[in-house]
Amino acid sequence: MSETLPADSAGSAYFMDHEQGTQRRATFAVIVDNEPGVLARVVGLFSARGYNIESLTVAETDRAVHTSRITIVTRGAESVLEQIYAQLKRMVQVRQVMDVGGDPGWVERELALVKVRGSGEHRVEALRIAEIFRARVIDTGNDSFVFELTGAPDKIDKFESLMRPLGLVELSRTGVLSIARGAERV
Amino acid sequence: MTAHQTIAKASAPTPAAQTVEVLTGAEIVVRALVDQGVETLFGYPGGAVLPIYDALFHEPRLKHILVRHEQGATHAAEGYARSTGKCGVVLVTSGPGATNAVTGIVDALMDSIPMVVITGQVPTHLIGSDAFQECDTVGITRSATKHNVLVKDVADLAKAMHEAFHIATTGRPGPVLIDIPKDVQFSKAVYLGPDEVRFNHVYAPRRQAEPAKVRDAVELIAAARRPILYTGGGVINAGPAASEALRTFAKLTGAPVTSTLMGLGAFPAGDPQWLGMLGMHGAYEANHAMHDCDVMVCIGARFDDRVTGRLDAFSPGSKKIHIDIDPASIGKIVRCDIGLIGDAGEVVRQMIDAWTERGLKRADQAAWWAQIDHWRARKGFAYSPSSSIIKPQYAVERLYALTRKADAERGVFITTEVGQHQMWAAQFFHFHQPNRWMTSGGLGTMGYGLPAAVGVQAAHPGALVIDIAGEASVQMTMQELSTAIQYDLPIKIFILNNEWMGMVRQWQQLLHGERYSHSYSQSLPDFVRLAEAYGGVGIRAETPDELDAKIEEMIACPRPVLFDCRVEKAENCLPMIPSGRAHNDMILADMGVSLDSVIGEAGKRLV
Repeated sequence: MSETLPADSAGSAYFMDHEQGTQRRATFAVIVDNEPGVLARVVGLFSARGYNIESLTVAETDRAVHTSRITIVTRGAESVLEQIYAQLKRMVQVRQVMDVGGDPGWVERELALVKVRGSGEHRVEALRIAEIFRARVIDTGNDSFVFELTGAPDKIDKFESLMRPLGLVELSRTGVLSIARGAERV
Repeated sequence: MTAHQTIAKASAPTPAAQTVEVLTGAEIVVRALVDQGVETLFGYPGGAVLPIYDALFHEPRLKHILVRHEQGATHAAEGYARSTGKCGVVLVTSGPGATNAVTGIVDALMDSIPMVVITGQVPTHLIGSDAFQECDTVGITRSATKHNVLVKDVADLAKAMHEAFHIATTGRPGPVLIDIPKDVQFSKAVYLGPDEVRFNHVYAPRRQAEPAKVRDAVELIAAARRPILYTGGGVINAGPAASEALRTFAKLTGAPVTSTLMGLGAFPAGDPQWLGMLGMHGAYEANHAMHDCDVMVCIGARFDDRVTGRLDAFSPGSKKIHIDIDPASIGKIVRCDIGLIGDAGEVVRQMIDAWTERGLKRADQAAWWAQIDHWRARKGFAYSPSSSIIKPQYAVERLYALTRKADAERGVFITTEVGQHQMWAAQFFHFHQPNRWMTSGGLGTMGYGLPAAVGVQAAHPGALVIDIAGEASVQMTMQELSTAIQYDLPIKIFILNNEWMGMVRQWQQLLHGERYSHSYSQSLPDFVRLAEAYGGVGIRAETPDELDAKIEEMIACPRPVLFDCRVEKAENCLPMIPSGRAHNDMILADMGVSLDSVIGEAGKRLV
């Protein structure tokens, strides 16, 4: 039983570093009741508790039972990701939460629309790269293309970096969608 | 029933027997409250809830307590809920009515208090137009509630009402808000009862833990040589049966019991196994036992920073079992070895059954109890007495001693504000039953105690309800004394008056070189005359000699009392775990350390 007070050093809940530990990227697929305010509640949870959102997609997916599917890509240490899962799961409007990031049983896809402006050699090169990436031309003019491209996020990143020197002027991405492989439904 | 209501009832037509009832939205609200078993609600009328108030006028089964400020309504509802185990109900208008209620709603969220808040809203067609007394109530309260909803169609109203009560009272309880535009209150729809509606949400909190994990937990506890039960507000929320189960389980395991601020009363303070409250201003023996235990059983508590102190030195050698109805609480702050998701009462009951079925015998705890006795002998709550000045600790001790007779006869309920007096109340007033202690733990809301006492007294008219207060806190909601007078609620407000925001002053002494920046109230009201101005009774005690007689006078008084207890001005609340320190590193009153030197630069950045 010590009654002397040792030299001070920091360490309490206020110094808990949520960023500590190895971070990983995670994708959560969240099935929610489709009603006003539910997206705000989910997003509010992330901002209130200091979690990141790297991408977010949402749309109604089952009209009969009024459920929407929200796909959130986030990043954090394992303990933080566990908290995000638990905090999402306890929300009244949330029916189901799946942590699907990095699971080889799931596929992730994203859609991008890419506007490239240029002429001459650059224009030919852009078209050639688009072909390699199986991007479709959905609009064209004398000095521009709009490409439509789907793929995993890193494929779209790669496409962007190749197109940038060829005159990429604008990029629109949907954010990640995910679904499990195989015949089972979630 | 008021005279107005009696007349209204006599002249109302007898409803024809019919299976389908078509009611206005306002009538649906009132009818749903009755069907949910609500007897008392707290509110304040305004333009956007007038139809509901009109429906209330015709409903003698509901008692409405008119507060003086919407924050008072929410705290009163919290006091009502906490002292009865029922759901608190609040009815307020749009705009400022809703925003004034926000503090109490967040308070209920932090302390897991079941509450349904009904707010009026501007008519549907005006929403979004910056109309008079319009605010985005569901937007503002989204992060303040467990669930909230704007009901735009009267056909959804009955369902929303019943579901609100279901969500507020089950799982981890919390506030649910229903925002009802004025036109919806006038529109008509078929009323559906609680058993006739189908809820919108798939919401089914788990009540029982996995049996295999329960078995692992009891095996671990039985083998422990230094076990401890660390209990919290979840045990109170789980009802009186949970407190009973806790007592049985403690006897079975022989483990010492400590509790958070919110959990006081679940385990009787007079029991030999009781260690007292733990945490920043907790018992020396409780904090040391937490630090040195080998198995910690956390029941319905959440490892709050006021409890854990320095996290990387928190109970370093123990296996931890965490029981909580909220899966997100498990592993949030402290990693646990076994997480049991379920209702505190039911899971403890499961553990009792598993223990008995397996015929477990507890390990030898003799050395542990010898160590605990050693810590107890240190007398961590000791303070230096005075014969000329009332020490705040002494005042609470006397208050406890002198209320024992009333406790046996009619029950004593204590509420508090927030600050030093709150900690002294927790340290020196002892609780033997659940639901007798109402305090703002998580949010730490100054001004909680007076309106909470109003709510408690409304639920328990014959009981002795005392708000142990500070002179700074109590002025935040002082206007609710007027509510107490109006409804003849004889609450006692026992102010430990040291003229300072005591806890702020203490922290300024600790952390800021005794620079007491704006923590002294240079102009205080004369509380005795203030009480009289409100129509209550004022009593003042200035010396230890007169204290007992004055307290007796207060207890005997059948009217609301404002008791101005003049106490030592510079008393510090000890013992204390300074910020950034571990459980076994407490400062005690008699250690003679200079308070302004115990916290280093890093610790000063903490709160």
